[in-house]
Order: sequence, then structure tokens, then C-alpha cells
Amino acid sequence: MSKRIEVNDLNVYYGSFRAVEGITLEIEPRTVTAFIGPSGCGKSTFLRTLNRMHEVIPGARVEGEVLIDGNNLYGPGVDPVLVRRQVGMVFQRPNPFPTMSIKENVLAGVRLNNRKMSKSDADELVEKSLQGANLWNEVKDRLDRPGSGLSGGQQQRLCIARAIAVSPEVILMDEPCSALDPISTLAIEDLIEELKQEYTIVIVTHNMQQASRVSDKTAFFNIAGTGKPGKLIEYADTTTIFSNPTVKATEDYVSGRFG
Amino acid sequence: MTTAPAAPAIKAKQRPGDRVFSTATVVSGSLILVTLAAVAIFLVAQALPAFTAEPTAFKGDAENFWQYVGPLVFGTIWAAALALLMAVPVAIGIALFISHYAPRRLAQALGYVIDLLAAVPSVVFGLWGITVLAPAVQPFYTSLTEWFGWFPLFAGPVSGTGRTILTVAIVLAVMILPIITALSREVFLQTPVLHEEAALALGATRWEMIKLAVLPFGRPGIISASMLGLGRALGETMVVAMVLSPAAVISFAVLQSQNPTTIAANIALNFPEAHDIGVNILIATGLILFVITLAVNMLARYIVERRKEFSGAN
Repeated sequence: MSKRIEVNDLNVYYGSFRAVEGITLEIEPRTVTAFIGPSGCGKSTFLRTLNRMHEVIPGARVEGEVLIDGNNLYGPGVDPVLVRRQVGMVFQRPNPFPTMSIKENVLAGVRLNNRKMSKSDADELVEKSLQGANLWNEVKDRLDRPGSGLSGGQQQRLCIARAIAVSPEVILMDEPCSALDPISTLAIEDLIEELKQEYTIVIVTHNMQQASRVSDKTAFFNIAGTGKPGKLIEYADTTTIFSNPTVKATEDYVSGRFG
Repeated sequence: MTTAPAAPAIKAKQRPGDRVFSTATVVSGSLILVTLAAVAIFLVAQALPAFTAEPTAFKGDAENFWQYVGPLVFGTIWAAALALLMAVPVAIGIALFISHYAPRRLAQALGYVIDLLAAVPSVVFGLWGITVLAPAVQPFYTSLTEWFGWFPLFAGPVSGTGRTILTVAIVLAVMILPIITALSREVFLQTPVLHEEAALALGATRWEMIKLAVLPFGRPGIISASMLGLGRALGETMVVAMVLSPAAVISFAVLQSQNPTTIAANIALNFPEAHDIGVNILIATGLILFVITLAVNMLARYIVERRKEFSGAN
């Protein structure tokens, strides 16, 4: 289920503006990798290039390559739609489809691929996905109620259930807890620990405690100034980044001296 | 047992700007109610004699008011429904093209062209219907009756002029297209980016994204837009009056020369010669049109309300 990600000399442009410059890194399967860094340093932009979601923004383009188990996402003839079925994404704000019930939300992605699904298979998948997202016990009595009626934290876990229902290989999380209260945040962090058994997870976060709690490796991004491209400054084991970083800027950032 | 004197209610300070503005909104709000009430009272008062009129007062074979108005009600709803059936899919298509497919410049240009359609007076549409559309579609109607005559809608004999209720419906569809398109486009553009991205991140193609995120979000808007269009089609007078040669029939066949006319067209055609009770009868048909439009709007509201819980507004 999980795959290794390899990024080689990746540059991201918005029109003629270079937003992210020369990123090279490797992400091992079944690990949690955290991206940290000040706002506007290109973490989210870079994260989106891992499933080609940046292409939704007009004018955004990429140079370089992203290999998932050796297959280049940006190779000729690669369909971004298929890439996104392999690499799922969870967003900053919970975004369940408001017109759908909880159950329909979970099945939304599967129904795209596999229209003819028996009712028992569908029910089974709904239960499995919701259990996978630690949400089943809270919603099992109201699967036909609208997803928008849940609390923010529950909605975010619903979005995670929706993402894992299509059995992706990688799950990208773009600040998944920034709109949530501390208790919901804890629930999501526990969930990330469990999901790690099966999926490769990449998470962008502004919360450094969160990065140190959930991740195995951490990448620190920074920009030299406004209008300059964001760069990968340091990438190492999370314990190293937080206790013994090699770059001064990383140390300043994780110890709270700037950013 | 002493009770503290009741504290005087704290009043918000009244600022002149607030007072002027709130008065202005109350006046505008009441004005619309007063206007509507005035029209309704006029219609009801003038219509009452028609319901008890002598059989001789009605044109044609009708013996009482309901027999007289029946074919007109049918024609009104039938023509408008046909128009809506043709206009809504096309309008949604154009709106989606403008909001989600077309390059920005083309989308803008297309938007202007559509709005321009709305600015054409209905007399011009009527002339176009008689002189251009009717002769152009007549051969097509002929083959339709030849090949699909077994289907009740297309039953023969075909009209020789092409001036049938289907032609009217096509012209009406063109007329209501701009308003439905413009409103749907606005709604589609408002679709939250979050929902569109959610769909795309699940591996939806552009069309699947539209099905998952844009159309469900826009559904109440599409219904409201269609109802506005339907309202316009129900009340449209000139086109129907010009294109159709009316007959008092109830017939679903859309290609024959015997076509039911609509209430509004019937009033326009007969009012100049009407006198005494005839005027009351025509006004009574107007009252019926008023009631139909009201019912259509209430139905639309009901449909939109019914799934409010799932609209994302909560």
C-alpha cells in the first residue's frame, strides 16, 4: 500500500515567478514526514506537487521529477487524475461535500472508479474507512445525515476516511489541524500514528510540537526574503532537527527565535 | 420584601443615518406588497362577473368560464414547459462552459453575447419566429411526422407553415436562455474552491468534479433560475400572439396547425375588440395566469427547501 517517494531537483513556478527552488529529497514508505517552515516558504506548494494538485492553480508548473516507486509523476503521458487516485490529500479546512450524507462522502472517491458496487461491499467499505479514521463509533447511527452537521474535528476525520476509502499509497496532509481545537487535534495526531502502519504520510504543519510528536523525519523550508523562492534548508530525522540541527536557521526556527 | 425598581430598558442610540436607511428599506418592502395587493384586488374584482357569465358571452363553443379558460391554461403551461425543457440543459451547458471550461477571454465575450440576447425586444423575436424560424424548421417537421408520426407528440398532419406550438416553444427557449444562463453561471462561479479541490484530490476528472461539487452546490440556483425563466415564458405575449394562429383545443401534438394558444397572447389578441362582460372574462383569465405563476414559484421554493439540510448552509 505504501510507496517510496523520491524528488529530484524540483522547481515550481507560478507563471514566471519561481516559488520553490531545487528540492531533492527521499521519503521512505510507512513513515510520517513533516514539512515545517515560515508562512509563504513553499511547503504547501511543494506538497501539492506530490499529487499534481498545484495544476489546479492557473499558471503553476513544475520542472524536475517526482518518482513514486520509480514512476515519474511528471513523465510524458501520465494522467494527473490517476496520480491523485494513488496520492490522496487532506486539506487545511475540513471539506466534506455538503450535499452528501456521511456515507456518500466516504464513498465519493470509490464511486468515481467503481460505479457498480454491491450494497454490502459499500457498507463494509464505509465501516472499514470510518473505523480507519476513528470516526465509526461517533457516526454509526447517523450515516445518512449530512456530513456538514459534524463538528470540525469529526469533519476532518470524515475527510481522512474519504481519502483512505480509495486505498491510496500516499496521504498528503496540508495543515490538517490548523482549524481544529486541541482535543480534535489530538484525535487526528493519534490517527496519523495508526495510519502510518499502512500509508506513507506527508504532513505540512505550523505547529512544531505537532511535527516533533507525529513525524519520523522533518524537512525545514525557508525563504531568503519576499519574492525569493522557497528552499529546502535541512532534512533529517525529527529528533536531529529538533535537538541537534546542522544549519543555524533551522535551530533558530525550531527554538522559536524567528518565524 | 423589597424589590428593586425595574431598571429602565436600555435603548440603543438612534443615529440619523440608521433611521433614514431603515425607513427607506421598510418603505421599499411595503411598496412591493402594496403594488402586488393592488394588482390582485383589481384582478379579483374585475374577474368575478366572468365566473357567472352567460354561455353566449364566450367566444367559440365554451359554455362557461372554465371550459373557455381550460385550453388556454393548457397552452400556457405546455408552451412554457416545452421551452423550459429545451432551454435549461443548454443554459446549464453554456454556464458550465463559461465558468469551468472556457479560457477567460472567450468566457467574457460569450457572457456579453448571452446578455445581449436578453436585450432583444420580444417583437423582434416574434418577427424572427415568423419569417426565419418557421419556414426553416417546416421541412424538418415534415420528416419528423413521417418518421416519428407514431409518437403522439409528433402526430400528423404536419402544419404547412411551420407556425406551430413547437416553433413558439423554440423562440421562447431562446428568450429565456439568457436569464437562466446568467444566473446559473453566477452560482457555478461561487462553488467553494475547497469542494472542487476535494473532488479533484480524490481523482475526479473535470466532469466528475463538476458532478460532485459544482452541480450539487448550484442546484438551488439552477432551480431558481429555471423558475424565473419559466415565469417569463408563462407570461410572454408577443411571440405567441404573432407566431400562432390560435385554436381552442387541448392537444399534445406539437407539429399540427391546430395549436392551443396561451392566456397572455389570448388577452392581447382579443382585448381591443372586447367590451362589457368580454373584458371581465379576459381579466379573469389574467387572474388564472397570476395563480399559475404563484403556484410555480411556490413549488420551486418547496423543492429548494426540501433539501436545505444538505445545502451546506448549516
